Amino acid sequence: MPDITVALPAPLVPRPAPAATPPGTLRAAWLVARKDLAIEFRTRTAFFSAMVFALLGITIFYFAWDATAVAAIDLAPGVLWVIFTFSGLLGLQRSFGVEQADRAMDALLAAPVDREAIYLGKALANLLFVVGVQVIALPAVALFYNVPLGDVWLPLAGIALLAAFGIVVVGTLFSAMAVNTRLAELLLPMLSLPFFLPVVMSAAQTTARLLAGRPVAEAWPWLRILLAFDLVFIVACTLAFPYTVEE
Amino acid sequence: MTDAAPEGVRSTPHGPSYQGGGVDLLLLSGFLAVAAVYVRAIAFTPVEAVQGPAQKILYVHATSAFVALYLAFALLAVCSGLYLWLRDEKLDRVAESAAEVGLAFTTVVLITGPLWGKPIWGTWWTWDARLTATLFLWFLILGYLLLRGAVEERAMRARYSAVLGLLAAILVPFIHLSVYLFRTLHPMPIVLKPSAPSMPTEMQATFFAGFFAFALLFAGLLRARYRLATLRDQVLDLEESH
Repeated sequence: MPDITVALPAPLVPRPAPAATPPGTLRAAWLVARKDLAIEFRTRTAFFSAMVFALLGITIFYFAWDATAVAAIDLAPGVLWVIFTFSGLLGLQRSFGVEQADRAMDALLAAPVDREAIYLGKALANLLFVVGVQVIALPAVALFYNVPLGDVWLPLAGIALLAAFGIVVVGTLFSAMAVNTRLAELLLPMLSLPFFLPVVMSAAQTTARLLAGRPVAEAWPWLRILLAFDLVFIVACTLAFPYTVEE
Repeated sequence: MTDAAPEGVRSTPHGPSYQGGGVDLLLLSGFLAVAAVYVRAIAFTPVEAVQGPAQKILYVHATSAFVALYLAFALLAVCSGLYLWLRDEKLDRVAESAAEVGLAFTTVVLITGPLWGKPIWGTWWTWDARLTATLFLWFLILGYLLLRGAVEERAMRARYSAVLGLLAAILVPFIHLSVYLFRTLHPMPIVLKPSAPSMPTEMQATFFAGFFAFALLFAGLLRARYRLATLRDQVLDLEESH
């Protein structure tokens, strides 16, 4: 687990405009997300580790199964979703870990913005992180497992986005909690993975049907679960986040 | 649960009735009731025609599942939600106790299930919807207790675990939906599915006595665990005040 300690570059501290009016929730969320992405862009530590982890995972999985017994097309959805989940956890651990250095979290909480905005900003940065890993890992699976993405890549990307959303909304909240515990990054997977079950199941089942050339309608019950999960948990976690950062 | 002192007066030892030992009558009657159900189930309830003696595990298994799901987990979820609203430490202690006792009952469910499954289904474990959901419930409660153990500060521990308890309650329907969907799309090779045959009256009596006995045991264990949590917090308060 990369332990990144990055001093916050001075110009990136979200400051309100000269008019001294605090930014609205969405604008503040965007500022928080931009700050996190700027840190990530300048260090690139977490993203590269997650990317290399994903590629390594994809290759190791290939040798964990007998290519003559299981068709690649049957294995690909599972590999894809296991890799997405675990590389996503790498990014989520970093999310509030970076705020530990120099007690940056205190400064963030002291900023005149809603707590919900901090959560939404963190979640947005994490979403872009996970999507970034997916953009690399999805073609890599298609290449290494010889899976023709052909005309299913668009619905597949949509499902990947929906699932990444579900993983990120829950994982961001747990990241904020786990970082303050004695177990720190060890706790995050233990808390998050049971919550990822409906997401990963829905996404893998839908992916399997898409790759097998079945109509999307066949996966509709799974998509409904995924959509409902996303909606319910973005609301629940946004409301719950302020309770995790109280002083 | 009337024993906790008002906030701030804890430093003076005020004697709740249970201090100084004595017999926990509620817990004792819980254990006695469970023992009585065992005796009744083994000696005075007819052996099921098809499953034989293996069926007797039902009196432990289904009753523990009922206690774990509908008493322990429900109490954990409700107290978690109420804690975030009312901020009463008592609610946190009830949630903590419900989780720990609930974990014990869920473990009983997960152990007795395979014991019955091996002779009847021919396999220790199958990814049936109910089994999967119970397993994940067990993981959730375990994660909840791990989280509690990993946070030092009391107020923070209470808030964190309440958030997790509440989110877990929201998650359970999703787990149910997805594992049922998984099963219906991929039928499991189960040789014999237990349907719900109409039970003879003797069996029904044992079964319902079992529910009552395990609920009583749950109440006894919960109260004992709650008292332990109260005493622990009182000790911590005393240590802090000195």
